[in-house]
Amino acid sequence: MLHIKCPHCGMRSQNEFSYGGDATVKRPELNKEVTDQEWDNFVYNRVSPRGKHFELWQHLSGCRQWIKVERDTATHEIFKTYKANEEIA
Amino acid sequence: MTQSYRIETGGLINRNKKISFKFNGVTYFGYEGDTLASALLANGVHLVGRSFKYHRPRGFFGAGVDEPYAVVQLYRNGETEPNIKATEQELFEGLKASSVNCWPSVNFDIGAINNFLKIFLPAGFYYKTFMWPKSFWYKIYEPFIRKAAGLGVASTKHDKERYEHKYEYCDILIAGSGPSGLASAYSAAKNGAKVILAEDKPRYGGSLLTSDVNIGNQSGKDWADAIISELKEMPNVTVKNRSQVFGYYDHNMLVMSEKVSDHLPKTKKYHPNKRLWYIRAKEVLISSGSIERPIVFGNNDTPGVMLSSAAKEYLKVYGVLVGRKPLVFTNNDSGYETAIEFKKHGVEPIVLDSRSNPQSEIIDEAKNLGINIKNSHVVVAAQGYKKVKSADVATISEDKKTLGKIENIICDCICVSGFWTPTIHLASQSGNKTKFNEEIDAFVPGVSKQNETTLGAANGVFTLEETLKTSFEKGEELSKKITEKDNEISIPNVVEKKYSKHDKFWCVPLPKGKSYKRFLDFQNDVAVSDVEIALREGYRSIEHVKRYTTLGMATDQGKTSNLNGLQLVSEIENKVVPSVGHTTFRPPYTPISIGAIVGREVGKHSKPTRKSPIHNWHEEHNAVFVDAGVWLRPRYYKRGNETLFEASKREAKNVRMNVGVCDVTTLGKIDVKGPDAAEFLNRVYTNAWLKLPVGKARYGVMLREDGIVMDDGTTTRISENHYHMTTTTAQAANVLSHLEYYLQLVWPELNVNVVSTTEQWAGAAIAGPKSRDLLQKLFPKTDVSNEGLPFMGYVEGDLFGVKARIFRISFSGELAYEVNVESDNGRFMWEKIIELGEEFQIQPYGTEALSTLRIEMGHVAGSELDGRTIPYDNALEGLLSKKKDFIGKRSLQRAAFVAEDRQRIVGVVPLDKKTSIPEGSHLVKDANAPLPNKKLGHISASCWSVEHDNPFSLAILKDGKKMIGEKLFVMSPLKNKVIPVEIVSSHYVDPKGERVRS
Ligand SMILES: [Zn+2]
Repeated sequence: MLHIKCPHCGMRSQNEFSYGGDATVKRPELNKEVTDQEWDNFVYNRVSPRGKHFELWQHLSGCRQWIKVERDTATHEIFKTYKANEEIA
Repeated sequence: MTQSYRIETGGLINRNKKISFKFNGVTYFGYEGDTLASALLANGVHLVGRSFKYHRPRGFFGAGVDEPYAVVQLYRNGETEPNIKATEQELFEGLKASSVNCWPSVNFDIGAINNFLKIFLPAGFYYKTFMWPKSFWYKIYEPFIRKAAGLGVASTKHDKERYEHKYEYCDILIAGSGPSGLASAYSAAKNGAKVILAEDKPRYGGSLLTSDVNIGNQSGKDWADAIISELKEMPNVTVKNRSQVFGYYDHNMLVMSEKVSDHLPKTKKYHPNKRLWYIRAKEVLISSGSIERPIVFGNNDTPGVMLSSAAKEYLKVYGVLVGRKPLVFTNNDSGYETAIEFKKHGVEPIVLDSRSNPQSEIIDEAKNLGINIKNSHVVVAAQGYKKVKSADVATISEDKKTLGKIENIICDCICVSGFWTPTIHLASQSGNKTKFNEEIDAFVPGVSKQNETTLGAANGVFTLEETLKTSFEKGEELSKKITEKDNEISIPNVVEKKYSKHDKFWCVPLPKGKSYKRFLDFQNDVAVSDVEIALREGYRSIEHVKRYTTLGMATDQGKTSNLNGLQLVSEIENKVVPSVGHTTFRPPYTPISIGAIVGREVGKHSKPTRKSPIHNWHEEHNAVFVDAGVWLRPRYYKRGNETLFEASKREAKNVRMNVGVCDVTTLGKIDVKGPDAAEFLNRVYTNAWLKLPVGKARYGVMLREDGIVMDDGTTTRISENHYHMTTTTAQAANVLSHLEYYLQLVWPELNVNVVSTTEQWAGAAIAGPKSRDLLQKLFPKTDVSNEGLPFMGYVEGDLFGVKARIFRISFSGELAYEVNVESDNGRFMWEKIIELGEEFQIQPYGTEALSTLRIEMGHVAGSELDGRTIPYDNALEGLLSKKKDFIGKRSLQRAAFVAEDRQRIVGVVPLDKKTSIPEGSHLVKDANAPLPNKKLGHISASCWSVEHDNPFSLAILKDGKKMIGEKLFVMSPLKNKVIPVEIVSSHYVDPKGERVRS
């Protein structure tokens, strides 16, 4: 079980969180014309990298904040966590 | 029966407390402190079971967790448990156990016929033999294998025992209380670190219990006892015996199984049977020691052949002789320790040493005691069927290829020592890159991935002096980093015997003309010849060889077989062992009870139970409850001998005729607040929200980004910046998360907050033509007329001193209201409604009537909003705003979603107006068409229409719009039903929606 540092609450066990997918995906702006391909890329198409991955988690059984986690998908090492409004670097 | 193999004195058992127990129906006696294995051996019982494949007789091979054979079925306090190692099971008064793998009895076993048919059962026999003909598998092969194989039978009864889970954090977790565990725990504890020391056996001390050493002028065991008592006194230390750390997971999370009650005849009141500890440790010290490995020779699975270390442990810990004519077969000095113990107790052992001229302190001691030692000698084969009677022995050449003349020696046990294998399972599970150590012919931990260090024998360090030194130092070093304290500890003097080099020899060649089975894996019956076949058939990867032969795949995880298997593969393949590599070690290290893994989350506790504040009233009025997610809701209120069908019909009818009340507390409720709340709702819902006035409710549908309907419900504008959103019971949690996602990540610029208020409000739906009359009685001061409170209107009211929210919304299609009060007043509200509703013939109604009412109205719910339908499918396209964007809108342009013949909700009525239609059935054009009969749609919900008094269903049907009036067939192969039906509109009652506005 992973040990995730919530930027608001500190180190917490994985079972307090729920996974929310790729954190680098940006929703197209409202009312903006987008092609089928752009929309499909937003809704469906994801890379599944081996190695560093920025992902979203929600601290569901804690502060309920969505956070960004930089994690290695192969080793599970967590390098850094960010608040929802922090830009990932 | 007398304990004829128990020596007069000695051992760590309590001879003052005699214990009676039964094995295979026979009563025996042992002492407190025995294991089932030691007590049986004390009584001269060696035959305990049959092997897995060939059903060969099985005895005891080890004395602890490494035991591959002595797996028994245990009976305790009216319960039974399979897969218990007799070597680990502590004796208690009244214990009952029986052999497994044998039928009808351990002495006469039908399956043993496999042993004589063994040419048919080589490696891969499961894959080859039982392949053809296919029909034979279910009828003949499988039942036979099931009857003849297996490691016992699982109980079919409900397990009355209690199992607990415990979460713990510590600075340093130490697995194993041998010398390295004790030393590192001591120095870490002295520095103030929070330490957990875990020992899988009942007694602490590990190898110190059986080795002949001195530490600081006391015996090893006395030193261990003193350290343990001191540790137990320290507040920062938790010392646990009978506790196996069996799994090492990510981020230094380890799991330990503590056997709290297995050693007792009955679990004490309020105690668990087992406790599973989830431990998050800053540092982990693995001091799991090593396991002696066997030398492979002919018939080496005969009862009476066992590890030399086990024989020594039975003698030193339990005071039990495993034989009176022992043969010790060794390739290193460890065998001599066992021989010397035998000799000290008046038994004359013979030592066969594969080395030609070994020299060491301990060998000198053995010689001085007059022990018969034969150098360059090996056991070629054990003789005897149910017990060793003699051994064929021979000299062996220096290159270990050629045997000399075979001679037969009478003996009653063969104690084998093929040197030591470090127990690296935990390190390997943690991701440690293990490496092969040529010095000891075994893998040892290498580069750590997590904060883990392996000490002592588990790390391939076999001298006590070095073990203690490195362990004291490691404990001190790690704890200093954590606590920033440093208590210098003086390392005690150690007196131990020096070992000479072991012989790199592990398998005795077959003599000419003999085809003895030489077993590698004793639990799964994998012999040298099986691995040879696998390699001959082209299997190369050790992982493939393992799966094809089942080598190391039994419940003992190959603790005694892995390395010899690797040696064999590398020898045949002409490779070095490290390039063959070992198979992956996976948790658990040793079998763990399913009960312990499940813990308290069983039966009713497998999920939380949520009850409405009105629950007790429902209970008092004969409600029959149903699980709705984690909520318990009344399904119907039973009157007399009513069936579900009768009661729900009565309740639904009463809503259509008079008035009914339904507990709707379970609906999800979310407060949406802030100056941008309207804009936010406008983006979340598919319809327009910017112009909803205060005091009005609106029905809304929300989509996922992929265009699929996520949820529906009404949202009411309570005040300027305050909206009260309702969700379905099932989706409440997901909707909240969904809203938080958009507010926190996608549109953080919106000034809106959301919070769940589900538990703050109790809700009652009052529905039926007489509902307004009732409402007026409940709120005499409020204008509830059609003008004062129109459809989709909202007012606040005073319910006899209790503040209430009144919504004019309807799920039943009737004139209806929903009243909310703060949860604490829920029952008060409910009782008032019932009391004042009496004159209007009010009846409470449950979820079954609720479903009936919504189905015949054609209102969609969870069974239509099933994660596969878009708004059009549910006839909700009228709610899609053309003027604004919303979540999921762009997806609705996808070709499949705008297809002409898109599926759509319809009503379904059986032609005979009698036959009920099973939910989930398929709709087809032609009931007699050949398979696969093309499915046109499925029945999503069924009811008995109280309005029309005949069955009615909703269905999601391909090209549904055009199908109204068509005749189709409903097919349910599951219920074996074919029903001719007519497709009608989904609005079966009041299609114009006049009642809700009346
Ligand atoms: Zn948090």
